[in-house]
Amino acid sequence: MNLAAVGLGVAVAVGVLTALAAVVVPAPMRSTVTGAGTALTGAAGVVAGIAAMTGESFTVALPALLPLSGVSMTLDALGGLFVAVTGGVAVAAGIYGISYTRSHGLDARLVQAVFPLFVVAMLLVPAAASVGTFLVCWELMALTSLLLVVAEHRRRPEVASAGRWYAVMTHLGFVTVLVGLLVFVAHAADDSFPALREAGRQLSPGVAGLVFVVTLAGFSSKAGILPLHAWLPRAHPEAPSHVSALMSAAMVNLGVYGMVRVGFDLLGGGARWWWLLVLALGALSAVYGILQAAMSTDLKRLLGQSTTENMGLVLVGVGAAGLFATSGDRVLAGLALAAALLHVIVHAAFKTLLFLAAGSVLHATGTRDLDALGGLRPRMPVTTAAFGLGALAASALPPGTAFVSEWLLLQALIHGLPASGTTGGTAAAIAMPVAVAAVALTAGLAVATFVKAFGVGFLAKPRTAAAENAYESPPSMLAGMGLAGLACVVLAVLPTIVLPGVATAGSVALGAGESAVTGAVTLRLVGVVGSLSPLVLTLALVAALVVAAGAVRVVATRRARRVARRVVRLWDCGAGPLSARMEYTATSFAEPLQRVFDNVVQPETDVDVSHHEESRYLVQAVEYRRRVPDRIERRLYQPVLAAVAAWGRAGRRLATGSVHRYLGYGFYTVCGLLILLAVTR
Amino acid sequence: MLSLWRKIRRTGRVAEPAPPRPAAPPADRMPVELAGSVQIRHVDAGSCNGCEVEIGSAFGPVYDAERYGARLVASPRHADALLVTGPVTRNMAEPLRRTYDAVPRPKLVVAVGDCARNCGVFAGAYGVAGAVRDVVPVDLEIAGCPPRPEAIVEGLRKLTGR
Amino acid sequence: MTALGIVGGVVQPVLIVAGSPVLVGVMRQVRARLEGRAGAGIGQPWRDLRKLFRKERVAPRGTSEVFRAAPLVLMATTTVVAVVAPFVTTDPAIGPVADLFAVVALLALGAVALALAGLDTGTAFGGMGASREMTILALVEPTLLVAIFALSVRVGSTNLGAIVSSTLHDPARVISPASLLAAVALIVVIVAETGRLPVDNPSTHLELTMVHEAMVLEYAGPDLAVIEWASAMRLFVLLGLLGSLFAPWGIATAAAPIALLVGVVALMVKVGLLGVALAAGEVFLAKLRLFRVPELLAGSFLLALLAVAASFFLA
Repeated sequence: MNLAAVGLGVAVAVGVLTALAAVVVPAPMRSTVTGAGTALTGAAGVVAGIAAMTGESFTVALPALLPLSGVSMTLDALGGLFVAVTGGVAVAAGIYGISYTRSHGLDARLVQAVFPLFVVAMLLVPAAASVGTFLVCWELMALTSLLLVVAEHRRRPEVASAGRWYAVMTHLGFVTVLVGLLVFVAHAADDSFPALREAGRQLSPGVAGLVFVVTLAGFSSKAGILPLHAWLPRAHPEAPSHVSALMSAAMVNLGVYGMVRVGFDLLGGGARWWWLLVLALGALSAVYGILQAAMSTDLKRLLGQSTTENMGLVLVGVGAAGLFATSGDRVLAGLALAAALLHVIVHAAFKTLLFLAAGSVLHATGTRDLDALGGLRPRMPVTTAAFGLGALAASALPPGTAFVSEWLLLQALIHGLPASGTTGGTAAAIAMPVAVAAVALTAGLAVATFVKAFGVGFLAKPRTAAAENAYESPPSMLAGMGLAGLACVVLAVLPTIVLPGVATAGSVALGAGESAVTGAVTLRLVGVVGSLSPLVLTLALVAALVVAAGAVRVVATRRARRVARRVVRLWDCGAGPLSARMEYTATSFAEPLQRVFDNVVQPETDVDVSHHEESRYLVQAVEYRRRVPDRIERRLYQPVLAAVAAWGRAGRRLATGSVHRYLGYGFYTVCGLLILLAVTR
Repeated sequence: MLSLWRKIRRTGRVAEPAPPRPAAPPADRMPVELAGSVQIRHVDAGSCNGCEVEIGSAFGPVYDAERYGARLVASPRHADALLVTGPVTRNMAEPLRRTYDAVPRPKLVVAVGDCARNCGVFAGAYGVAGAVRDVVPVDLEIAGCPPRPEAIVEGLRKLTGR
Repeated sequence: MTALGIVGGVVQPVLIVAGSPVLVGVMRQVRARLEGRAGAGIGQPWRDLRKLFRKERVAPRGTSEVFRAAPLVLMATTTVVAVVAPFVTTDPAIGPVADLFAVVALLALGAVALALAGLDTGTAFGGMGASREMTILALVEPTLLVAIFALSVRVGSTNLGAIVSSTLHDPARVISPASLLAAVALIVVIVAETGRLPVDNPSTHLELTMVHEAMVLEYAGPDLAVIEWASAMRLFVLLGLLGSLFAPWGIATAAAPIALLVGVVALMVKVGLLGVALAAGEVFLAKLRLFRVPELLAGSFLLALLAVAASFFLA
């Protein structure tokens, strides 16, 4: 029997059973049951996804399950990639959640039961093969994640506000996706994906463009892309950490999945301006996201904004792939799409690791504020190592995990310039250098951001009592981090393991063709010149480190070798003792960058001076507050929200409270409808 | 820029020729590990800045102490020798001790000027804790109030051996 | 991995490890002579290193392995670049690593290690140095990658050996507008990455003006020696890259001893000339205020973008 079908079936069954068990089982065992069950669901999903990526696919139709449209599922290579990623993240998050939920008071029945259902919904979305199924699974995913985001609303008021933002924006996204897909279905025979594929070939450019843009709005909002990203830095920090990991590492990918499925597969490629729009949005999101992250002092908010940045990079790859595909260059399109999909996988691995480590810190210290952390290395060595590995991966430096996908992306962009022999026109000629510059600026800022997060948060001395009293996490949390870390390391040195599957997934979107990247130890590009071996690079670095350490030992004379290092006082210019207040904080670390990008970031400062009661010339206290607001929220959302509020107030005038008037409204509407029908028939 | 270049051409070499090498101190007093390279950290323990002017002159173009292997550094961790000027005031006693502690071994202390050697004109003042040798062990003394740059350079050459 | 590559992979790191203190010595001597001083001689950095290895090792209270490992990481990354990049031979010793992006990223990794060590000390100086270094690194990345873009467009690859070979076959390419613009942009980048005037004063004693020095204030003895050596090697490697990319004549294309000797001498001459030019330029420049540095880097970024535009429109 088909391994993909078995895997997905087992995943759904185990997930639903776990949800039921979480409701029934007594409180002490609930976390363990849910965590283990979710991990099993994830593992089955991974198996199904990998089986699909190797070419096995299956189709199942259950017309009786949903009224009017029925359930129709097809798992092909493209969907399989996202199913595998979701499954992998769910395994790590599930195991992590065993201890995390127990100690954070998150083991209420509803919260525990909804968690495996969230994973199941995310596993089903890439397998949907009809619009009805897709939308139902999408909405299920949104609802379950909403319930999980507001899980701690009794303990912290900010959670409620974040939940509201998330609820409104995810449902607005759902509505736009719904409208777009319905316009598409109106031109097709029925709502199944094969029928849409047929219709997509015959759609007029205007309608196709409309469908693409409307669905792009919804999918890009889910992926955290500008300008509809505002929910991400709010919801991801407030959710429990393992849920944040799932959302950031698995859920946002489904926005990318939707874009690739609708844009490439169903609509058949489309016009050049679509993909230029995607490229532009991606580049803007990448730069803006990492800029906000560089200014951020909240550890989880920083990670959420980094998700916006990484999804922006993925969209740059997808947009470039679309550009090359419409110009007819299948080789470069395959390369760009492979880079984008590889980045999805890689991002899932290191973002999970980072969020789980951040959750560990939150669990031990009770705070997410980088300005209050520090000195965690001696108290939480495993968490520090995990975050360090994740930070290396996120900054796209070798031997980190994201270096290879960023290299592939840059190779695709560089070879896309027309002078090097490929087609594309002036649009590509302008877009490619700008895209390379955006990716490069993002890379530089990401390095600064993660040096800040790791250096300020984990090294040196603790800045507050909370950080001083930190302790290492329980074993299941360490195990979850260890799994994610293992994935990061394997992907860093041997990304060629997943590349054949990525190529198969890409060929679903772009049409059959050979893989853009080949090789086992060395990545070799096909059709263009380029090769890189992350394994050899890592080995060379390790060898150089060993040689350097050995040489220093040999060269340093007997005095230096025999005597152990003398423990000395830090050099503080000889004056008084260094207190933790004198350490650099995250705010101060980012200050030069903030000054450079002042026009974009526009921080708001409040200075409150209170004078001595005796004299106006003596200052008693000065309070300084600096906030970095989201400019897009300020300029785009607030006017829209104000207009909606004004419209609502105007509409209130219609609701006077008189029953007669309401009956009158109903009567006149029915009359009007009847007249309209009579006239148009 | 061109005027600066013309000035460089016109001025040429300003450094005076090196005087004969001073007699080397006994081998057990100066660490042999230094061998021609001494990084120096200057500490003003309470001086009137007269010695600082002369030290600045010693490291300037005319006397050019750098040619003998001595170099001023910012951090005592990078240094081999401390160049201490002035009598040690009460506020600077502990910082001087800590600076000495921060220097990795083998380390030296050079007391520059009469104030550093025996408090000079400030002997017995209320703010003075003592001479440098009362706070940290001194390896070399350079007399003068202030010592001439040639004397400072000669002292440094005893350290570097060049 | 050809015989030429293997020979290059052995000769290059030896040459660079041995020659970088001499390069620093030459640069200091040039500055001294232009300032009218006698100077300490080009062998002084070697004497400094020898002495530093004889000093005791210290462990400041509160620092962790990050502090102890950072000098070795800096040295390791610079050594890998020294082995891989085409300085003396066109064939790289480790082919799949000789990519221009990988080399740039490795050099950035070294800087990151030092910044983390600065933060690990927990002193205000360390944090300040780390913060400024990361800001400059973030702003240098776009220029660097776009300049690499401009260089690789004609060649069709970012492989270092391929770029150098193609320039050897087509020497007229070096004086094209794209090449010249990219060269100027890269010169500004190299000044920023190696911490020379006008971006950073390597011999300053005022902590508030420090960028690179502030991160290493806490290091002593052999650790400091490794850092100073690795920084000198970074300077050598970056100047060598500039020379190889824009003036690759003399690089050995065959494994004959004469060709290798020519390659070694050519590298020494090129890096020596570039070092002398840099040192002489420093005499005429004052350090830029820290918040004027982004303007300088933005200007170099514009030049790199113009280089790409030139390579496309003037193709």
